[in-house]
Formats: sequence, C-alpha cells, structure tokens
Amino acid sequence: MKTQMSKQKVFISGDEAVALGVRLARPHVISAYPITPQTIVVERLSEMVEDGSLKARYIHVESEHSAMSAAMGASAVGARAFTATSSQGLLYMAEGMHYASGGRMPIVMMNANRSLALPWSIFGDHRDSLSMLDSGWIQVYVEDAQEALDMTIQAFRIAEDAAVLTPFMINLDGFILTHTYEIVDIPDQSKVDSFLPVFKTPNKMSLEKPKSMGFSTSPADNMEFKYQQHKAMLDAKDIIHSVDNKFGEIFGRSYGGMLDSYYCEDADYVLVTAGSVTGTARIAVDNLRSRGIKAGLIKLRYLRPFPDEELRAAAGDVKAIGVLDKDISFGYEGTIFTNVNSALAHLSIRHVSINFIAGLGGRDISIKDIEGIYQDLEEAVTVGKDKSFAKVRYVNMGVEIDG
Amino acid sequence: MVDIKKITAKNMTDKEFFFGHKACAGCGGSLAVRLAMKVFGEKTFAALPAGCMSAVGFIFPQMAFLNNAIISTFPGTGSMLSGMRAGLDALGFHDTHVVGFAGDGGTADIGLQALSGAIDRRDRIIYICYDNEAYMNTGVQKSGLTPYGTKTTTSPAGKNLSGAVTHKKNLFEIIAAHDIAYAATASVGYPQDYLNKLSKAARVKGTSYIHIYATCPTGWGISTETSVSLAKEAVDCGLWYLAEYENSTFKINRKLTKPELLKEHLLKQGRFKHLKDEDIKVIESERDRKWAQMMEKWG
Repeated sequence: MKTQMSKQKVFISGDEAVALGVRLARPHVISAYPITPQTIVVERLSEMVEDGSLKARYIHVESEHSAMSAAMGASAVGARAFTATSSQGLLYMAEGMHYASGGRMPIVMMNANRSLALPWSIFGDHRDSLSMLDSGWIQVYVEDAQEALDMTIQAFRIAEDAAVLTPFMINLDGFILTHTYEIVDIPDQSKVDSFLPVFKTPNKMSLEKPKSMGFSTSPADNMEFKYQQHKAMLDAKDIIHSVDNKFGEIFGRSYGGMLDSYYCEDADYVLVTAGSVTGTARIAVDNLRSRGIKAGLIKLRYLRPFPDEELRAAAGDVKAIGVLDKDISFGYEGTIFTNVNSALAHLSIRHVSINFIAGLGGRDISIKDIEGIYQDLEEAVTVGKDKSFAKVRYVNMGVEIDG
Repeated sequence: MVDIKKITAKNMTDKEFFFGHKACAGCGGSLAVRLAMKVFGEKTFAALPAGCMSAVGFIFPQMAFLNNAIISTFPGTGSMLSGMRAGLDALGFHDTHVVGFAGDGGTADIGLQALSGAIDRRDRIIYICYDNEAYMNTGVQKSGLTPYGTKTTTSPAGKNLSGAVTHKKNLFEIIAAHDIAYAATASVGYPQDYLNKLSKAARVKGTSYIHIYATCPTGWGISTETSVSLAKEAVDCGLWYLAEYENSTFKINRKLTKPELLKEHLLKQGRFKHLKDEDIKVIESERDRKWAQMMEKWG
C-alpha cells in the first residue's frame, strides 16, 4: 500500500494521526494502558519511543487509574504528560480526572469514544466522555483525522496556558475516526516547535522552591479553589479562539474555535452535532439545500467549556433546532440536548427543539437518517404548533417506548 | 544527598523536614516519616495517599513538609511515584529521591495494584509503608494488615467474634515475590535498624520498599509514652520481625528474643483487652508457625 502521498501528506487512521500529533508536541512522559479502540495510539507511540523518534518516557502502567496517576506525578514535577484511553478505562480514571483538574495539571488525553457496559460493546457512542463532563476537563470532539492531529497539538498549548492550566481531552469517535484512514497533512516539526513552546508552569514542585501540592482545604477555603478552577475553564474560551487563529496563521487550518457552523446564516432548521457524524450531516445539508430546504448545521467542537454565547449567535433566528445525541441520560434526555436548551433558554424567543438519540453502541447513522431528522424538524414547526410532539426521538431503533 | 557514613541518632541532621503537622501525640507513623526524611534530605519528592500523614500534613495553608510533597489518590501512590520519577528523569533531575509514605490500608489493600506495577517496572522509587494495623485516619477500621483478634470499629469484639478473624496479609513476602531490588521490615521501636535500611534504600538503583511497624496510641488504646517501647516489644515477642530481602535472598536481622512476653504485650493494648486465652493461643500458634517458617527458610 502506498501511504506516502507527498512529503507532508500521509494516508493514516485517526489513532495514528493522534500519535503523530503527540510526537510533534514532544511530551516528556506517556503513561497509558491499552483499550480498544485506543490501542493503535499507544502502539504507535511505543514504536516512536523505541526507534528514538520520540524522546519520551513511556510508562507501562498496570491500569487506567495508574495511567492518570502517573501522568499527574509527571505533571506535578513540571513534565509534559500525555495519556489515552476509552470507555471503561475512562471511567476507571474518573477519580484521577477530577484530581488532575482540581490540581490544575495540564495533562492531555485522547479518548476513543466508546459505549459503556452493560451490555458490552466496543463500538462508539459518547456516553463515556459525557459522563465525565463535570470532571473539570476541557472536552473537544473532532470530525476527522486531520482535526484529530491538529487538536492534539493545540491541546497542549491551550491546556498549558497560564490562564487555563486545565487538563484537556480530545475525543475521537471509536472506529469511525480511530480506525478509518484518511489523507492527513503532517505539520512541520520546526513550525510546531515555534507554535508550542517548551512547557513551563508555576504550578509544580521544584528544588529551588519546594512545594506541597494536592493539599486539603477546610470549608473556609475550598469554594475559592473551585471558583478559580471554574473561572479558568471559562477563560479558556478566549484562549481556545486565539490558539485556533494562531494555528490557522501558521499551518493554514483553523476550526472555528468553540463551534463550527455550516449554512446557518439563513437557515430555518438547524441540527446540532458533535464529532464524526458532522461529516455525514454536512452531506445531508448539501442535499437538502439542493432541494430548496434551508437546512443548517452546528458542530459543537467543545462541550466544556460550553459554547453557549456562540450557539445563541449561530442559531438565534432559526425556526427549529434538532440536537443529535450519541448518548442518553437515563430517565431524562440526551446530555447535549440539555446543555443546548439551557443555552437557548437565555434567548427571548422560544425555539422548537427536538432531541434525536442516535448511534448508541455504534449503530449506523446514515445520510437518509439525518435528512429524516430535518423533515421531523420541519413537521414539528408546521404541524406541532397546535399539537404536542415528542421532544426526544430515537433514530433507527427497532423498538418503541409506548408513549 | 545521602552520606555514605552510617547515619545514627547522634550524627543525623538537626534539620526537620516534617514538622508542624497535626498528628496525635506518640504517633509512630509521623516518627517513621520524620526519620526517613532526615536520611533522604531535601532533594526528595514525596507522595502520600489519603491516610494519617497526608491528613495531618497538608492542611491549607499550613504545609508540614519542607521538601516537595504531594497527596496522591488513595490507590495511586505507586503510579504517581513512577510518574514523578519519569518526569524528573526526563527533565534531567536524576540526583533526587522519589519517596512514597503510605499506610497499611493504602499499601496492602487499595494501593497494592499500583505498587505492584511500580515494582514490576523496576522504577527507582522508595516506598515506605507505615503500618499501624488499621485505617486509623477514618477512625480505626480493619485493613488487610490488621492482625487476628484486633478490635476495630469494623471488626468489633462481641459475643460471637473476638475482633478481626484473619491474620495479617503477608505483604513483605508479596513485595519480595516481585524480586524487588531491596525490601525490608522495620519498627519505630528499633530506630537504628530503620536508619540503616533507609540509607540502603536511598542507594538502591531500582525499587525499594520498607515496611515499618508504626504504633498508634489513638487506635491501639495505648498511652502515648509507650509508643516506642511497645513497637520494640512487638519485635521482641515475635508479633513483628526485622528482616531484609536483597539479591533475591531473605535475611532475618533480629532473632525472637522474648516470646514469653506475648500475652502481657497484647493485654497492655486496649485493642486486645477483650482477648480470651483461646484467642491468645491462636495468635501464639500463628506467630510460632511464622517464625518456624522464617527461621527454616531465611535463618
């Protein structure tokens, strides 16, 4: 197979794109435990460490809990640390995730989005990362392998910014992105070096200024620490925008910062997505536009911090909004839907908004499915004005819940 | 850094590295940390999981360690130490010590997996388990290192049970079974032996582990001034032992000298006051079995 397209262009999977991005970011320490569909990332990184093309310490930890714990140890002494996981592994890290964000350790992690047991499934949905939405990590969801690589580099710069100092999770849809091959442009190492300076943080142990970290607080102090943590995450929005712009200047690619909108300017019906399904939705929008339907699309790139203002600006004037969730918060609705509605509630107009639960456990979402979603939105506006309509709908499901 | 000269109570540094903390009077654990830090010195990066020493030493804004220190997650001491070692090595700080101080529960129970991983990787870290034989920080609950017959808040002594129904997990040999570079047991009652072992651990190229028997007046129901003498007596009557494992070989550092003290030793402690003669027989026979085995294999 001919993988070398040109000097910079290669034909690689999403996992390999992340590994190449990590190498370009020059971490000091990598600690990781294998789990499908993340494995290729750590296999490639191990090879890079072995062949000397990546000068990092690779720690073969005995669990994901230890992967996060070791990354925290490395970060605490001022080293740049990377880890990667998925699904059950992410949940096994849960304690460490809150710990790392509370400790303001700018660790970067790749998560291969995968369903959670039970029932077991190695295939993709967003229930793993969304269950960690409140863990204090920046969460970005990428659409393709190129964005995966570029965001791996941006992640370190954003996380390590002195105003942010917050860990960063890059989410790739399991198999759909992790194992699908695409042509990816590999940035020049010297350009990456100038974009991403050597890691420096005041928040570390040192021989000159010994420090106690990970301390405990009384009720008299705790809230101030939590507020600072929250403020740093909110402040990260500006950094996310400026880093994305700077990346665009140097590498010729930028992604719109907090979200990316597609044909939203004059749209009547907008679908909100996250991750790889956005690519499918773009084609659906093209098809609908060719038939005269004013369809638009919003790709939420970041879910934390949440792009509430950006969402209101992009979707303020539409007739109906659909939210595609590859997850469900049992007993309520999709988590992204809840977040989107919360942002829209600050507008004076009330939108028709419908939640479309799709793709759980890796179920296919076709162009036709998404065209059907836009049809539902249209019907809800025209028919649903006088009638109640189902707010939460299930795409491509074989059984129905009697209403 | 470590002086090759033998460190003793007479010549050890006056400098304190762990002070102003809120440990109970007579705390064996804090003594173990204090002595260790005097041997390891200021170029030490310490990690302590949830437990007594982290609870009493890191209360914002009063930090008790003079050197660099961090509280790790409860299960993650071993792996956090590995990450610190890797980070320091990557940044060129080779001339440093990375040391963990964890309690018996944090080591033998919840932290065992991460510790096993660190030893398996041969990471150059020092792990010190201060064993006060129960979860003391949370209020004296039974751990895997709580000995038979101990009354704790989760192994109460009553009509049906005489406290804990199992013997101490054999952690020293579990650690040694990794073929670790250096492992030792110690007691706060035998400080010179402990200092010797700390000095050895500081020079080891790979992983080292010291398991120190650390009395707890609060949890054991003993008076504070007997903390050191009871830790000594526990070794003398054979409920604890001083041993080493290096070059794949076990060695006993001190023979069983006063086996007859056992009953008296136990009944001095509030946690054992309820024991009946038949319970003490169980403890005695387990001690004898253990010592016979150690003498045969390592003596």
